[in-house]
Amino acid sequence: MKREPPQSIADYGPLFFPAGMLLIFFVVPFGTMIAVSFFQRQEGGFYTPAFVFTNYERFLSAFFGGVLGFSLILAVTVAICCVVLALPFTYLLSTLSRRLQVIWLVGLLSVLSLSEVIIGFAWSTLLSRTAGLSNLLVKVGLLDQPVALFPSFGAVLTGMVYQALPYTVLVLYPAIVRLDPTLMEAARTLGSSPIRAFFNVLVPALRNTIMATLIMVFIFALGSYLLPQILGRPQHWTLSVLITDQAIYQSNMPFAAAMAVFLVLVTLGLVALTLLIGRKGEKA
Amino acid sequence: MDNILKTGVSRRAVLGAGVMGAAVLAMPNILRAQDKSLKVGVYGGYFKDSFDKNIFPEFTKATGIAVESVAEPTGEAWLVQLEQAAKAGAAPADVSMMSQVAMLKGQTTKLWTPLDMAKIPNSKNLIDRFVNKYPDGSVAGIGAVSWYITLVTNTDVYKEAPTSWAAFWDKANADKLGLLALVSNSFLLEVTAKTFFGGTNALDTEEGLLKAFDKLAEVKPNVRLWYRDEAQFEQSLKSGEIPMGQYYHDVTGLAASEGHPVRSTFPKEGGVQDSGCWALSRASKKVDEAHTFIDYMSQPAIQATLSRKVGTAPTVKRELLDLSDKEFAAVSSDIEPVIPRYDLYTTKSDWLNQKWTELIVG
Repeated sequence: MKREPPQSIADYGPLFFPAGMLLIFFVVPFGTMIAVSFFQRQEGGFYTPAFVFTNYERFLSAFFGGVLGFSLILAVTVAICCVVLALPFTYLLSTLSRRLQVIWLVGLLSVLSLSEVIIGFAWSTLLSRTAGLSNLLVKVGLLDQPVALFPSFGAVLTGMVYQALPYTVLVLYPAIVRLDPTLMEAARTLGSSPIRAFFNVLVPALRNTIMATLIMVFIFALGSYLLPQILGRPQHWTLSVLITDQAIYQSNMPFAAAMAVFLVLVTLGLVALTLLIGRKGEKA
Repeated sequence: MDNILKTGVSRRAVLGAGVMGAAVLAMPNILRAQDKSLKVGVYGGYFKDSFDKNIFPEFTKATGIAVESVAEPTGEAWLVQLEQAAKAGAAPADVSMMSQVAMLKGQTTKLWTPLDMAKIPNSKNLIDRFVNKYPDGSVAGIGAVSWYITLVTNTDVYKEAPTSWAAFWDKANADKLGLLALVSNSFLLEVTAKTFFGGTNALDTEEGLLKAFDKLAEVKPNVRLWYRDEAQFEQSLKSGEIPMGQYYHDVTGLAASEGHPVRSTFPKEGGVQDSGCWALSRASKKVDEAHTFIDYMSQPAIQATLSRKVGTAPTVKRELLDLSDKEFAAVSSDIEPVIPRYDLYTTKSDWLNQKWTELIVG
């Protein structure tokens, strides 16, 4: 079947609905947020329309810089952990029988039905001193007495990786399944060990997919605000937590909006940088 | 397929169907509006459940006004929603229970309809500080309930109840405390001032505030959890995971009565007494019903019922109540309470918030 380029406006018809949705539910709210970020905060009240930079000025401090830096490092760490865990897992999954694959995927998808709150509370129980996993270690004699494993950076990381892992697998899965199985077979025939073939053939062949997955998980993790609160100490709170504080508890919408705009800009900048480096690497 | 897309009619039909759908969904509200009714916002969860069970049915029986209770979030989220809705001429709830800081913030945009005290004869029963007034003297809100934040401990871990807020500073309690995470709901500056600097007047000046912040910084190593969500701390307190902290007197008492090993203590410096006001959104058209409701809620008998069934401290004068000493002690205390400096959270809110965040995050 030959595809005709669109001739009339009506041929673009199928695009109207998604474009409209995008406009109403993304462009308009985001535009509103940018506008509010320049509004004047009324202390002890709300805000009045204006065009001031004070909200951005307040953000440009060593304190908020530190929080932003931590949020970015946390998100990058979560992304790397997820991909490092999910890549071999998904590859092994793709070698299983169809039936087993379906069972695994349904299991993973069911994790997505859990809300962040439930995940947070479940992990805080699992990592607690009174009821947590360390009690098992005491039982088998590895520990003298149970210890609290949260709040800590490790707990935040664990919770966030747990939450993002199903997404990672679901993004990697189609690419890995579609990968030509003869590639690995050829590598094996030429005498490469399975592990070597995995790293020297599979990983380079999936480079773009891996990069895209890293970016997706990074952005997903950057928005997390509940798990750092439940599983971390205040120094592990992300910028999203402080944005929530300003918006919900201080009703300081202009400052919250300014922080959110800043976070989006930094994120877009980092993603663009990653893609740029990726493209240069391809040319070389 | 192409034909369908080319006709403008189909799109209009879709829009039409959408409007119809919205109208159908809105219908129950239109029908209900003909009866006398009132939408009342109360904090979701335990509060709303208790009010739905013990208070609202009796009110409907007495006045014929049906109450539709709305679960409102704590913090200022509800204030923001009411304000945005009022700008659009809508009221998600006619009367809402609002915190004192939210009352003051709502005053700046005239969010609250001034109440006609002649229509609320029972307001004479109230303790003076529970009448929230605009600067011009008109009444913005009437005290609904009050509650205490006290020193709570797990009885398995602490056999003896602590007697003073100073226990938070005790080096023996390292990594054992659960404290509220926000300057405007923990009231820890007031607690610090009352415990170490002779009273909350010490917070009048910026110098005094900084001194309180410095003193409070010494507590940091003892804090395991800075919580925003109450369930987070309550669970840990019951299990002994986090055996000491600040929490609500009423809920702690409830947990103790259910057999959990927890206790709430009024320290010798006093518990923190916070309160909620009934306030009427300016977008509400149910002004008469709202006055009837607020008047009903200000009766000593209803306040006593609230103390017995919900566990809140009454906003009317003690001598008007038929509460026994034991019942009164269960919800309140004769020790002079720490009254939060609400004024600070409106005049200096951003400065306090910044200092506070730097203190606990930094």
